[in-house]
Amino acid sequence: MNRARLLLLLLLCVMATVSVAQVPRQRVATDDPVIEQRLHNLSQNLRCLVCQNETLADSQADLANDLRDEIREQMKAGKSDKEIINFLTARYGQFILYKPQVTPTTYLLWFGPFVLLLAGLAVLFRYIKQRRDLIPEKPLSAEERRRAEELLRRGSRKETA
Amino acid sequence: MLRYLIPLGIFLVIVVFLAIGLNRDPSEVPSPLINRAAPTFRLPQLKEPDKTFSAEDMRGKVWVLNVWASWCGACRHEHQLLLDYAKSGAVPIYGLNLKDHREDALAWLGELGDPYVLSVSDIEGRVAIDYGVYGAPETYLIDQNGTIRYKQIGEVSRDVWQDKFLPLVQQLNREGAGR
Repeated sequence: MNRARLLLLLLLCVMATVSVAQVPRQRVATDDPVIEQRLHNLSQNLRCLVCQNETLADSQADLANDLRDEIREQMKAGKSDKEIINFLTARYGQFILYKPQVTPTTYLLWFGPFVLLLAGLAVLFRYIKQRRDLIPEKPLSAEERRRAEELLRRGSRKETA
Repeated sequence: MLRYLIPLGIFLVIVVFLAIGLNRDPSEVPSPLINRAAPTFRLPQLKEPDKTFSAEDMRGKVWVLNVWASWCGACRHEHQLLLDYAKSGAVPIYGLNLKDHREDALAWLGELGDPYVLSVSDIEGRVAIDYGVYGAPETYLIDQNGTIRYKQIGEVSRDVWQDKFLPLVQQLNREGAGR
């Protein structure tokens, strides 16, 4: 066969080998920028469970890639953010959210600090009140009253002078 | 006397909380699937890909599902232990081969031995996501009703096998026989 045909055959063989050597998961980035933005916003609020200090948006871990793909597909299928969050927490628990949902299990987490603050303030007020009650409140004796009036009279006379 | 005891008491309470909290491993994310139904799946078997296996097939039996892969270093270490556990015959062990190439997985089993009754291929990792898997190895103990009763994150060490898996397996078998 002539050179052109040989080259074409070679090219086809090379293409064939490349198409076989693929990673198990195809990464299909959607061409829909709205979905990509939504995905980015949502995954910024999700924790990567493998590299736990990174968000799902930033992490390059395998699981993070898979979960982003999964979220992208669910968004394309029309699922709401809330439905997707429920999907993830049903499988991975509250820990995948940076802001845990307020459920009976997380009441202590959310309200605990305020409860402790109120308890601390209550103790403080009680303590102050206790101390104040210790100060004896005695009415002035006749002598003390005369001296107080004398001082006040002198003070007001000075001002008018 | 009391005024010194109260702050001390509060301090001790805080110390207890810190001791508990700081001894926990944050990389161990507790599974919300404990005591819930094991997610259904039907996957091709690793060694015989034209056959499938489903969690439903195991109804009525207590079994263990171990998530493994040839790219997972810790799985290599756990593998020796799994061979021993499988040999003891206490409970059948099934494998979920996670995001692996079939040839690599088969070669790995060939080299290290196969403790599994069978393994299924979860090439895309979808089933793993359903099970809340976030790393390998992870191991699930599933009862006769298809309910997940225990999840081990990381290797199933001998201690974990003796203290957590075996007693639960025995208890589940007793409950199952009593019915």
